[in-house]
Amino acid sequence: MEAWDLLRNVWFLLVGVLLAGYSVLDGFDLGVGVLFPFLAKNEDEKRTLIRTIGPVWDGNEVWLLTGGGALFAAFPQAYATVFSGFYLALMVVLFSLILRAVSLEFRAHDPARKGLWEGAFVAGSFLPALLFGVALGNVIVGVPLDAGMEYAGNFFTLLRPLPLVFGLLGLSAFLLHGSTWTALKTDGPLQERARKAAKTLAAVTGCAYFLSFLAVWVYLPGALRKVPAWIFAALVWLSLGLALAALKKKKDGRAFLFSSTLFLSLWGTVGAIHYPNLVRAADPALSLTVTNASSSALTLKVMLIIALVGMPLVAWYTIYAYRVFKGKVGLDDGGY
Amino acid sequence: MSAVFLARLQFGLTAGFHFLFPPTTLGLTLVILILESLYLWRKNEAAKEVSSYLVKILGVVFVMGVATGISLEFAFGNNWSAYSRTVGDIFGAPLAAEGVFAFFLESVFLGILVFGRRRVSPKMYWLSAFLVFFASHLSGVWIIIANSWMQTPAGFRMEAGRAVLTDFFQAALNPSTVVRFVHTVLGGWITGSLAAAGIAAWLILKNRSRAKAVLLLKTALTVFAVASLLQLGSGHAHSIQVTKTQPEKMAAFEALWETRTAAPFTVFGIPDEKNEKTRLAVRVPGMLSFLVGFNTETRVQGLNDFPKDERPPVLLPFAGYHLMILLGLLFILMAVWGGVLLARKRAPDSRLFLKLLLFAIPLPYLANELGWIAAEVGRQPWAVYRVLRTADAVSKVVPAGNVLFSLILFTVIYSLIAAAGVSIILRLVRKGPDDAAATDSQGGH
Repeated sequence: MEAWDLLRNVWFLLVGVLLAGYSVLDGFDLGVGVLFPFLAKNEDEKRTLIRTIGPVWDGNEVWLLTGGGALFAAFPQAYATVFSGFYLALMVVLFSLILRAVSLEFRAHDPARKGLWEGAFVAGSFLPALLFGVALGNVIVGVPLDAGMEYAGNFFTLLRPLPLVFGLLGLSAFLLHGSTWTALKTDGPLQERARKAAKTLAAVTGCAYFLSFLAVWVYLPGALRKVPAWIFAALVWLSLGLALAALKKKKDGRAFLFSSTLFLSLWGTVGAIHYPNLVRAADPALSLTVTNASSSALTLKVMLIIALVGMPLVAWYTIYAYRVFKGKVGLDDGGY
Repeated sequence: MSAVFLARLQFGLTAGFHFLFPPTTLGLTLVILILESLYLWRKNEAAKEVSSYLVKILGVVFVMGVATGISLEFAFGNNWSAYSRTVGDIFGAPLAAEGVFAFFLESVFLGILVFGRRRVSPKMYWLSAFLVFFASHLSGVWIIIANSWMQTPAGFRMEAGRAVLTDFFQAALNPSTVVRFVHTVLGGWITGSLAAAGIAAWLILKNRSRAKAVLLLKTALTVFAVASLLQLGSGHAHSIQVTKTQPEKMAAFEALWETRTAAPFTVFGIPDEKNEKTRLAVRVPGMLSFLVGFNTETRVQGLNDFPKDERPPVLLPFAGYHLMILLGLLFILMAVWGGVLLARKRAPDSRLFLKLLLFAIPLPYLANELGWIAAEVGRQPWAVYRVLRTADAVSKVVPAGNVLFSLILFTVIYSLIAAAGVSIILRLVRKGPDDAAATDSQGGH
């Protein structure tokens, strides 16, 4: 039984790592999608902005699919509860991701409907960027569950203060990340606009984080007693401060690095206040935890072997691909 | 309409729409890999330009596959959460493994194929083409593992109403995985290569980029001919496997109502499920027995061997299976004709054959869908064969209205994507390989 518990905890961590990897990597292209109409003022700038993410957004999104697959495989009960329980909200996320996935390729090749696909790109980025935080806020603050692990609330149950504040925090962090990425990958007026936006967004993210802290204080007072949460919270503020300082000195690479560590620290905070829960229930006795929601020890072991063999390879060739496309984006470069 | 029916309809439509794209990718990546090899080792510049042309088309096909694939990973939780709870211990792992081993690889190196021609060395570009080919097939391995486990589950035991993994390799390499993988991949090769050959035929008929079009025609037609002939063997092996491991499914495929020796093959007929007989049947005596046992006296199980509430519907599996075989035989005829023309170096000159290639492009898609419908409807009433009934697999907390609502949205959005995707692919095809190569070297369009 002890080995099983160890595996469950490892998988709690690994699902977190996959979701954090998703936030850091797909986070900037979601952010670019929402900022698209505000940063790019003409067709050349639009194409430049799209090209900063063109070769990589798809690989980035695989982090979400793999994270979802890992949740399904390691904690099928949590996957089943959340995906059936948050049905309509997740359908909005799903349709956004579907339209977003085709939007860039279609925009490049379908000039007659360029506006439609740009709209799909922007809306398809905005809704997930907002709703991921709302969904996460719900499983953290707790939702009504019945004894059969089934969700017992409705759509409006999901729209409570803490989840909404988390949604705002996630959105602003995605936007900050998208703007530091744009500053790093472009130059000229586009870069200047991105830097300016990043400074504002760092401040907005700070405010959203403070509001989230207040919401946690009110709705989850127990979380304040968890020491690791305070450490990660300090790292959040440190990341924000260092990102802001880097932006002031026009060190774009460093700013992007710290908007990335911001996400890692945010996930650290989430893990610290949420563990060992996967989905907190309104009645704590009914919560889905790493213990009652997990797969068998054998499945977790097989999955661990798969992850240990596969993920280092993924990291290696992902870094390779980013190096292939490193540097500022040009318009005479092949592709869209 | 019940939630079960709506959830099945939704899964059928979304998976059926998705299943247009991965087979195309399987075949196209193979043709692209061959062309890139001709460029790398034989310094064939035309091959490079034709490959760039196909990569642009692949890019669009691939994002449509990605977009429509996301919904399937959601669907097991959204609409089929009881399924996920019951068999998640086994079913989730292959989906996660597909992401880890295959999907990352495919996405990252497709980025290099589409955007990186001038940023990496020719060898690295070839390797990227190989990895996209390899990863798209590896992706198929995991998906077929997951789907085959629903057909012929193995490597598990039931504990408190839930399936628990006991042997990973038994579950992964269950009795139908290997033959179904080969059958599906060959179907993909036929699909993608015929699409490429049809495009080449169109270019030749329009007298455009002739040298490049002929190169593409020869390459794609060769793949098509080989895959179509191999499919005869794999289809046969698959049918024998179904007879052994899911006998009631084969009985439905063949509308065989009574268990018997010297079982006939029904060439044509209209199954009447109510009266358990086949109207207007045209049968070849002993042929089914011979096909599944190499002996006209082999005993084949009929539907009467199974309780009524465990029998699959007959009409859809029967029609899907027979029409698929008919199409498969047509592909073999085309393969032989094309092979003779290729051997005589006359393939680009037969306008009749070129027109046939062009107009046959949709047929492999039809064959894929028909075979898939036969396989999945033939699995009913089970979600997981003899483990979990489809009726018990749907989400308990999702009202039928919600499923209907999302079904309507899927229909609207997928129609939009289908219409735009088709017009975009046609536009790319019309540009031709010269223009594709030009934009490749100038950058962008």
